[in-house]
Amino acid sequence: MSATVNELLAVMGARELRDDTTVFTGVGAPMMASVLAQRTHAPRLTMMVEGGVIGPMWKPGELPISTNEMRAAYRAQMLPGISDAFLLAQRGFFDVGFIGGAQIDRHGNLNTSAIGSYARPKVRLPGSGGANDIISLCREVMILTVHEKRRFTERVDFVTSPGYLDGGDSRRRRGLLFGGVSRVITNLGIFGFEAESRRMQLLALHPGATVEQVQENTGFEVLVSPSLTTTTPPTDEELGILRMLDPRRQFIG
Amino acid sequence: MTISPREHDFHAARRRLEAKPKSARSKLGSLEDAVARVEDGDHLALGGCLYSRTPLALVWALLRRRPRGLTFSRNLMCYEGEWGMVSGAVDKVVTSWMGIGLPWGLSRIQREFVESGRVAFEEWSHLGLGLRYRAAAMGVPFLPSLTMLGSDLMDVGGSRTIQCPYTGQTLHAVPALFPEVALLHVQRADRLGNCQIDGYPHMDADIARAAATVLVTAEEIVPEDEIRAHPDRTVIPGFMVDALAHVPYGSYPHECYGAYDAEPDHFTAYVDGILQRGAAGVADYLEKYVYAPSRHSDYLALFGDTRMTDAAARARMLTT
Repeated sequence: MSATVNELLAVMGARELRDDTTVFTGVGAPMMASVLAQRTHAPRLTMMVEGGVIGPMWKPGELPISTNEMRAAYRAQMLPGISDAFLLAQRGFFDVGFIGGAQIDRHGNLNTSAIGSYARPKVRLPGSGGANDIISLCREVMILTVHEKRRFTERVDFVTSPGYLDGGDSRRRRGLLFGGVSRVITNLGIFGFEAESRRMQLLALHPGATVEQVQENTGFEVLVSPSLTTTTPPTDEELGILRMLDPRRQFIG
Repeated sequence: MTISPREHDFHAARRRLEAKPKSARSKLGSLEDAVARVEDGDHLALGGCLYSRTPLALVWALLRRRPRGLTFSRNLMCYEGEWGMVSGAVDKVVTSWMGIGLPWGLSRIQREFVESGRVAFEEWSHLGLGLRYRAAAMGVPFLPSLTMLGSDLMDVGGSRTIQCPYTGQTLHAVPALFPEVALLHVQRADRLGNCQIDGYPHMDADIARAAATVLVTAEEIVPEDEIRAHPDRTVIPGFMVDALAHVPYGSYPHECYGAYDAEPDHFTAYVDGILQRGAAGVADYLEKYVYAPSRHSDYLALFGDTRMTDAAARARMLTT
């Protein structure tokens, strides 16, 4: 079976999640990745979503469009209020925050607020939602996004959600003692951040992708890990689970 | 720097609340009586979240009065924010996110009104706005938090940091938000205004505590004994509530947990109108759905019984 872009993101995202952990997940690809992880190698993974839903067991064919609807709460273990859900992350209960696409820069800062000047934007975007909170409060954050040059930019126009800010220890100096972006997972490869400079670094390429292709689709100089690897393509089992969960292909494309 | 000092004046908010009658009288009245308490220029905090338990009947009745100069705040703003902008009722929106959801794309109306500067848009993180209501609910001028630190969102509303007096750590002093009016929709209440919410509680309980005036619609008005049989389910006590109206399907076509599902096809038709005619698409929609029907039941009749019954059946399937 060949994978769509969203299937590839979901599979590669799922593989990064570990068993016996907690994940604060957004809708779309992060949600598909989290459920796939639960149904493969991480059955003891607990999910929370932003609407204030802990431990749901989503119904195949009835996946939620928003984090605040009955499909998101299906067979949940707990429905705390939204502020209380985020405060669990501030307390430190969430191992991983998992969020989707946005404009992203070489230090992992995200912009979902405005393209151009903030006061008079060229394009006004929807806003932070919970992305700023998830990236500020979870122990580590993984970002799943389609790899496009317009998204991967040298410096975001507006820091909606702080990655490593100006790099180095600037995130910590601004009061964010915890967390940070550990992985950026795209349809071309998997990225981490260099320990000192906190610049984005290519760790692995998906089968068929090349370093040149990554550089062409990135608006800043791509650092390449000396131990660059290649990922294993999505298996029929992984794709089968995703297609069973989303038979109308609303989320997997 | 767009935050208004009256939003975090906890002293004035406390005095206003102390002066307010807190009688255990019946609060039950008409939808129209409830929204008559809103004045031009008020800050209105809307309960629910995105297309869940939105106080749409209250917004519907409010817009029919052609108000002006309002601020709408809501944690995730759905198309009621677009109605506020296009109708001319709202000149400031306070939220963490605006749109309907991923399948419907960016809000063209948010883009048009915010990019041109016609409406002020004050953006917080989701928890940031939640803590603003929470601080007000607690009667304090701010709450310390680690969220939003280091981001450019700190400058949007004029957030300040404080140094923890015990650890020296830098913290975000999230300013309280005391709205003039709360608009809330709940599953059930008794006539005294004791409110019970099923499913996710969103931020409604904090908003009820934060606001000077609390207006509630309920799917069902139940006898007082029914509330007393399950007092653990009550999240808003009657003395907080100023006006209550019985409005079945009071969030429709948004969802109400356990009662009815949302209508994504209706959202798509609404957005199609915007894609074809921009703000005029919303104006046409408001004419048909808000201004033309003189009673809320006439508004519901535009959807038809079959759709509403189906939405209720889906809700039962998803919650049992």
